[in-house]
Amino acid sequence: MAEKGEKHAHLIRLRNVAKYYHMGEEIVKAVDRMNIEIRPGEFVAIMGPSGSGKSTAMNLVGSLDLATKGDIYLDGLDIEELSESDLAQVRGKIIGFIFQSFNLVPNLTAKENVMLPMMFQEIGEEAREFRAEKLLKMVGLADRMDHHPNQLSGGEQQRVAIARALSNDPEIILADEPTGNLDTRTGEIVMDYLEKLNKQGKTIILVTHDPRLAQEHARVIYHIKDGKLEKVTKKVGSKWVTLR
Amino acid sequence: MAIDNLRHRGIRSWLTIIGVFIGIAAVVSLISLGQGLQDAVTGQFKTLSGDNLIIQSSSSASYLGPPGSTAVRKLNEHDLDVIKSVQGIEFVIPRLVRSVKLEYNDVSKFKYVASLPENQQEIDYIYNTMDLQVSEGRLLKLGDKRKLVIGSNFIGEDEFEKPVKRGSNLKIQNDSFEVIGVIAKTSSLEVNNAALVMEDDLEGALGVDDEIDLILVKVSNKDRTEQVAELIEKEMRRDRNEKEGEEDFSVQTPVKALESISLILNIINLVVTGIALISLILGGIGIANTMYTSVLERRKDIGIMKAVGSTNFEILKIFVVESGLMGLVGGIAGAIVGLAFAFLVSFAANSYLGQELLKVTISFPLLFAAIGFSFLIGLISGLSPAYQASHLRPVEALRS
Repeated sequence: MAEKGEKHAHLIRLRNVAKYYHMGEEIVKAVDRMNIEIRPGEFVAIMGPSGSGKSTAMNLVGSLDLATKGDIYLDGLDIEELSESDLAQVRGKIIGFIFQSFNLVPNLTAKENVMLPMMFQEIGEEAREFRAEKLLKMVGLADRMDHHPNQLSGGEQQRVAIARALSNDPEIILADEPTGNLDTRTGEIVMDYLEKLNKQGKTIILVTHDPRLAQEHARVIYHIKDGKLEKVTKKVGSKWVTLR
Repeated sequence: MAIDNLRHRGIRSWLTIIGVFIGIAAVVSLISLGQGLQDAVTGQFKTLSGDNLIIQSSSSASYLGPPGSTAVRKLNEHDLDVIKSVQGIEFVIPRLVRSVKLEYNDVSKFKYVASLPENQQEIDYIYNTMDLQVSEGRLLKLGDKRKLVIGSNFIGEDEFEKPVKRGSNLKIQNDSFEVIGVIAKTSSLEVNNAALVMEDDLEGALGVDDEIDLILVKVSNKDRTEQVAELIEKEMRRDRNEKEGEEDFSVQTPVKALESISLILNIINLVVTGIALISLILGGIGIANTMYTSVLERRKDIGIMKAVGSTNFEILKIFVVESGLMGLVGGIAGAIVGLAFAFLVSFAANSYLGQELLKVTISFPLLFAAIGFSFLIGLISGLSPAYQASHLRPVEALRS
């Protein structure tokens, strides 16, 4: 159950969350005793090397997966108490996802991909089209609306993904290695977009293995290693301070 | 979204749809032709009215060859007397129906010729029962000698290398007969391909004496036709000293004749319907198979949709609609092709037979029902794979 006051204090909260996988007789602890609190308007990075459990942490933070232990709150709601369908609806409204491999639906055009999340929130077709066109213009793809993903470059696909992530005007943008499959220049453009969105009031959660990327853009960094939260650092002025 | 998905997998979708398509095409063509077939076949039995019986010898009942042609013991005058002794009979008419050599223009062909009795009342009864009209000339009457009336298929027929017409002279077994009339086209193939002559003339031409091919019996009360038939069978068995079931004759009632035909048609219907149903079931399995494959291939897409807010129901709906559409398209295509096939069969049959015997019935309720049913098959076939898709966990699906 949501605790009093938490609905406004934290958008996402993980409390003593653990995720275990059963591999035959063995239990793999992908994430253990994780505590994460994401406040509105923050630019947060979840950082760790490959195999550290940051992807698992991202799935839990994004409510794409359920915890084996502990509690996950999304906008004050305990996601364990929501049905999968309700969770999907809430998630679709609150979180916009940007994936490393773009994850656009290949049979749909750029415009249709951007319209997709709005369709699931029962927004009318005209309104969906209007907003999708506006978003694609915003990311500089006005002339590529009717192209399919296989007709777009990696950078263009990621920009479509950004537009899609914004389609329901969510409070949170969760970006999983958004520059991982892009060249440096295009990667910088994508990160600039995220910065701009953060300045407009959106909460950004960046999942990355790159400390430089995290330090350059995030204000709070959750350092993950071997499935555990190693430390939390926060940028104060130009310095990084360890919170815990 | 479902339509887009189907379009993108064009060939695969069409291959999947084929099963449903064949089933629906079979059902639609069968039912569209069924009534026409029923009418065409029963039309051949125009000679049978409710108060008629036909007695023939032995294996003539197999309908192969003219009546009595394969009989060991032919009917004769004595049999006529036995039948006349049975109560409930108004009159009996003996007839010869033979395949005989007809010669015209120095060309010989074997054709059916039937006799008319030497009794005007009986002649008129035959004409009325068979509803015979002439398109040219007149019908035979008592007193006509060496005269012939031909069926409609004789005219324009190039069989004799010269059209046969009113006034022509044909030879039956070397006896010359004048054509005095042409029978107007009927629904009976037999009538259209046969010629009529007076009984004495035919007996003379064939050199037969005391031979009867079939006996037409008119009962006094048509409500007692079956009982009279049983009495005739009993009397003839007694006269011939034969056991029941071992008769060398048959007494055909309208009910029995049409029952046999209906039975055959029903068996044909059942078999084709069975094949169609099997095809539909296979079609449904094909759709389910394609949908399962589709779910596997689109796991990632499902994960993406769930990540961006799709509920389980939305996913279920997409896949069920897709499979339903496959059934619907198969049904529409099958209905169109089934109808086209029915028209083609009708055209081919009528061309071959030389007359419009087999008609196609278009029933819109049937078409809508067939299309609706195939849509339902599609929906049902897609339910299980759609359920599987809808319950995929987003994180697992995204990993695909």
